[in-house]
Amino acid sequence: MTEHPASASRPGVPLWAQIMIWSGLLGLLIMIGIGLARAQQGTIQRGDRVPGNLTLSLYQGYEYNGQSQVRFDALRGKVVLVNFWASWCKPCEQEAAELQQAWESYQSSGQVVFLGVDYVDTEPEARIYLKKFNITFPNGPDLGTRLAQRFRIKGVPETYILDRNGVVQYVKVGPFQSAQEIQMIIDQILLRP
Amino acid sequence: MLPEIGFGALVLAFTAAVYSVLAALLGERHQRADLVESARRSQLLTWPLLTISAVSLIGLLVNNRFDVSFVYEVTSRSMPTYLKITAWWGGQAGSLVFWAWLMAAFASLVTLRKWDRDAEFLPWVIVVTSTTLAFFLGLVIFAENPFARYWQTMSGDVVERMFRPAGTLPFVPQDGRGLNPLLRHPGMIVHPPLLYLGFVSFVIPYAFAMATLITGRTDDRWIHITRRWTLWAWLFLSLGLVFGARWAYDVLGWGGYWGWDPVEIAAFMPWLTGTAFLHSVMIQEKRGMLKQWNMLLIILTYDLVIFGTFLTRSGVLSSVHAFAQSAIGPAFFGFIGLTFVASVALLLYRWNALRAEAEMKSMLSREALFLLNNLLFLSVLIVCFWGVIFPLLSELVTGQKVTVGPPFYERATAPLFAGIMALMALAPLSAWGKSTWKTLGRAIWKPALLALLITLGLWLGGMRNLVAIIGFFLVALVTLVTLYEIWRATRARQKAQKEPFLIALGRLFARNRRRYGGYLVHISMMMMALGILGIELFQSETQATLRVGESINLSGYQVRYDEIARFPAPDGREVTRAVVSVYRDGKYLAELHPRIDFYFDAQQTMTIPGQYSTLADDLYVLLVDWQPVSAEQATFKVYHNPLVNWLWLGALVFIAAILIAAWPQPEMEVLPVRAADRSPLRVGASD
Amino acid sequence: MTKRGFSIAVLLAILLLGVLAFFQPRQVTLAQGGTPTDDEVNRIARQLYCPVCENTPLDVCPTEACRQWRELIRQMLAEGKSEAEIKQYFVEYYGARVLSEPPRQGFNWIVYVLPPLMILAGVVLLFRTLRSWVKPAAVDEQEVEQLSADPLVRKLEEDLRRREK
Repeated sequence: MTEHPASASRPGVPLWAQIMIWSGLLGLLIMIGIGLARAQQGTIQRGDRVPGNLTLSLYQGYEYNGQSQVRFDALRGKVVLVNFWASWCKPCEQEAAELQQAWESYQSSGQVVFLGVDYVDTEPEARIYLKKFNITFPNGPDLGTRLAQRFRIKGVPETYILDRNGVVQYVKVGPFQSAQEIQMIIDQILLRP
Repeated sequence: MLPEIGFGALVLAFTAAVYSVLAALLGERHQRADLVESARRSQLLTWPLLTISAVSLIGLLVNNRFDVSFVYEVTSRSMPTYLKITAWWGGQAGSLVFWAWLMAAFASLVTLRKWDRDAEFLPWVIVVTSTTLAFFLGLVIFAENPFARYWQTMSGDVVERMFRPAGTLPFVPQDGRGLNPLLRHPGMIVHPPLLYLGFVSFVIPYAFAMATLITGRTDDRWIHITRRWTLWAWLFLSLGLVFGARWAYDVLGWGGYWGWDPVEIAAFMPWLTGTAFLHSVMIQEKRGMLKQWNMLLIILTYDLVIFGTFLTRSGVLSSVHAFAQSAIGPAFFGFIGLTFVASVALLLYRWNALRAEAEMKSMLSREALFLLNNLLFLSVLIVCFWGVIFPLLSELVTGQKVTVGPPFYERATAPLFAGIMALMALAPLSAWGKSTWKTLGRAIWKPALLALLITLGLWLGGMRNLVAIIGFFLVALVTLVTLYEIWRATRARQKAQKEPFLIALGRLFARNRRRYGGYLVHISMMMMALGILGIELFQSETQATLRVGESINLSGYQVRYDEIARFPAPDGREVTRAVVSVYRDGKYLAELHPRIDFYFDAQQTMTIPGQYSTLADDLYVLLVDWQPVSAEQATFKVYHNPLVNWLWLGALVFIAAILIAAWPQPEMEVLPVRAADRSPLRVGASD
Repeated sequence: MTKRGFSIAVLLAILLLGVLAFFQPRQVTLAQGGTPTDDEVNRIARQLYCPVCENTPLDVCPTEACRQWRELIRQMLAEGKSEAEIKQYFVEYYGARVLSEPPRQGFNWIVYVLPPLMILAGVVLLFRTLRSWVKPAAVDEQEVEQLSADPLVRKLEEDLRRREK
C-alpha cells in the first residue's frame, strides 16, 4: 500500500523548486562562509591601505589645526599614528603618558600626526582621562565605531602607524612599553620617501 | 603519562570511527556481512576508548596539572573538586570531548540493538553516526586538543604542543586561570550535559532517516525504531533549555531567564523542529501521510543541531554564551556544508518514493490541525533563524552592526505561540480523518465556558492588559480541555470496566502512555506558559540607594537594608554580602542575602540575587553597588516577578509527563499493516 | 553614497552638532528637577545594549563602562533630553547595535518584512495542500460520529451518548 512501484514515472520535485532550494542553500552557506571569514580575520595588516574618505571628528580642545574633523586623505604626506583607546580601559593608561611623550618629540617637526580614537566611551570620562595624562594631540570619539570597524580592531589599546601614502606600516595590539619604542618605529617609517 | 594515555585513546577512537565508516561502506557495496559486522564492532570500541580519554582528562583536571593548557584555562587551585570535574565541559576542547563521548555512547546503544529485521539499515546508520563522531574527534585531535601541554623554548617563549618540541623544557604555570565564574553554578553542571544529550540523541533518528533514504526502504520502519529515541532526545533538549533558563535566572542577575540571545536561540531552533516532528510523525504512523515532511523535519533538526553548535563555537556570532574564538570554524563550516548538501540531495532524490496517498474528509481533522501546528512551529523557527542570521547579513551588506533583540522576537512569536496554544485546545478533541464544527463544539463547549468565566473573573478583578487576557484565557482553555478529556476517558473506563475512579485513571495512563503522557506534557507547558506570561507582562522593578535601615517598596513588599560585609571566601572569591529583610504588610517574611562575588583568578564579578519565592511571585533582590568608602550606602535593585515559579514547577511536571510517555512498556503486538480501508486498527497501545 | 544615505548622514550630522552644542560635560548643573532617579535611568538603559559587551542590555550590565553610560543617561536626563534624543545620541556615538532592534530604515526593512512573507507563503502552501487532500464524502453527522477513527474515542462517544440519554 505504501510502496508505489510506479512512483518513479511521476514527476518529481519540479525544476523551479529544485533551483530555489539549491540556490537558497548556497546563498546561506556563502553568507555564513563570508561571516566566518570575517570573524576569523584579524586586524588590518601591514601593507593595507586606509581609505582616505575616513573621517574622525575631534573633541573641542583637541582639534587638528583648528578643525573639528580630520579626513585621512588630508593627512597624506605625513606619518600618522592612530591609537584606539577608551577611558574604561586599564591597559590604555599604561601607554598614555608614553604616547604623549612621543608626540611632544615630533610635534614641532610637522612630519608626524598622532590621532587618538576614543572607542565607545563617554565624553566626560574621556576628558577626565585626557586631562589626567596631559594629552594634547588630536583626539576624538569614534562615532558609530566606524573607524574601529574599518581597522577591524579586536580591542583597546591598539595602535596603527601609517606611512606618508596612508599605508599601514606597523600594528601594535596592546600597550606600548616606552616612548622610545614608539619613536624607533616612527623614525624608521620617516626614513622612507 | 596521563596526557599521552588520554590523547592515545582519542586517536584510537578516531581511527576506530573512521574505520567503521569505511568498513560499513565497503561491506554495503560488496554485500559482505562480515565487513559490516567488523564496522559495528569497531564502532562499539569508540565508547570505551573515549571513556579512557575522558577519565584521563578528569584526572588531569582534578590533579591541577597546569602544564596541560586546557587544565590551565579552566581550573585553578582554589576551585572545589566537583567544579574541577565539571570544568570538563567548561571550555571548548573539553566540551568537544564530552560531546564525542556522549555521541559514542548513543551510537553504541543503537548498534547494540537487534538488527534482524532491519539489517539493511545497519551499515548506513553506522556510516552516519560514525562520520559525525569522527568529525568531532577530528576537531579535538587536529584543532582543539585538550591534552596539549606548555613547553618553554630556550628563548623563553612558551608554546603549546602535544609532544615535546626539540630543545624545549616542560613549562608548569603556578596556578590556573580558573573556570569562568558564570559556569561555577549547579545549574551549569546539568545544563550543558542535558543540552548535549538532546543534541546527540537527535543524531540517531537522523541516522535512521538517512539510512531509509539511501536504501530506498521507504516504509515507516525508521519511525517505529526511532520513536522512543526521539522522545528521549526531546526530553533532554527541553530540560537543557529549562535548566539553562534557571541558570540564567540565578546567575546572570538580570531578573530574567531568557534573553533571546543568539546562542539560546541556537539551542531553541532544533527544539522547535523536534517538537513539530514529534507531532507530525504521529500522522505518518496513523495515516501513512507526510512521509516527505517528516524526513524534512528530522533533517532540519539534525542540521540545526550542527548549525547551532557551529554558531556557538566558531565565533561567527557574538554572544554571552559563546566559546572563545577558535580554529574549528572552517572545519565546522565544511561539515555543515557536507551534511546540508547530502541531506537535501538525498531527500530530493527520494522525493517520489516517499509519496503517499493522503486523503481526509475535513479541514478540521486531526491531520489538518497537526499540520497547522507544524506550520506554526516552523514559523517560529523562521523568525528565530532570520533574527539570528540577520546581523550577519546586515554587516555584509551595509557594513553596519545591528542587534536583533527581544522586542523583535517577542512581537513576532507571541501571536504564533497563541496560535499553538489554541491548537493545543482543539487538536486533542478532533478525530483522524474527519471532524466537524459540531463534534468539536460539543466536546469543547464546557471547558471553553469555564475558561471564559475565569477570564471574565480576571477582567472583573481589574486586569485590562489585552495580551494577558488572551494569554490567560488560552492557558485556562488548554488546561481545562485537557483535564476534561482525561476525566471523560476515565469516567468512560470507570463505567465500562466497573473500576474505581483512581484505578481507572491509572490504567488509562498505563494503557495509553503516549497519548496521556502527551496530554500531561500539554498541561506542563501551560504551567510554564503561566510563569512566562506572569514575568513577561507583569514584572516590575525598582532601584535605589539605601542607608542601613532604609527600605525599598515594590508591589506590596518592603525590602529593608540591614547590614553589609565584605570578606574573602575560601574558593578564591571576595564576597560582598548584604543582608536585607523582606516584609509584607508589616509582617516579617524572610531574610535575603544578595551578594557580589569577585573572582580573583578570573578577575570577574558575579551578581548573585537573593530570592524570596512563593507560588504567586518571586522577589528578586540584587546588590548593585557598594563602595566601602561610603559604607553607609548600598544600591539595590529589586524585581517583582509574578507567577514565575510556575515555569519551574511546569518543568518538573514536564519531566514526569515525558517519563510516562517514553517509558518502555512491554512490547505488545503491533500490526504493522495499514489496512486498505485506513481504519487504524492496532492492537496494543501505540497511541 | 546614495541620495537617501546622504540625506540621512546630513540629518545625523545636524543632530550630532546639536547634541554636541548642547552637551557641555561637567558644566551642567543638575539643579532643575533634581537628579533623575535610578528607575528613570534604567527605563531608558533597558532599551539600549551595552556597546562593548555582547548582547547585554545596559541596565543590567555590571561593567565599569556600563556604569559610565548609565551616568551619561542620567546626565542627559537631567539636562532635559528626551528618550528619543538620548537613543539618537547613543546610535550616533556607538552605532546602531546599541538598539535592541535594527532601525527601521533602508536595508534593515528586510528583517521585518521577510518572516511574515515566508509565513504567509507557508499558509498558502498548507491550505492548498490540505484542500487537495479533502475528499468530501457524503457523510452525515451521524456517520461521522460512528466512524470516529480512534477506537477509544469511539467508545467514549458511545459511552457519553448512553449516559446523556
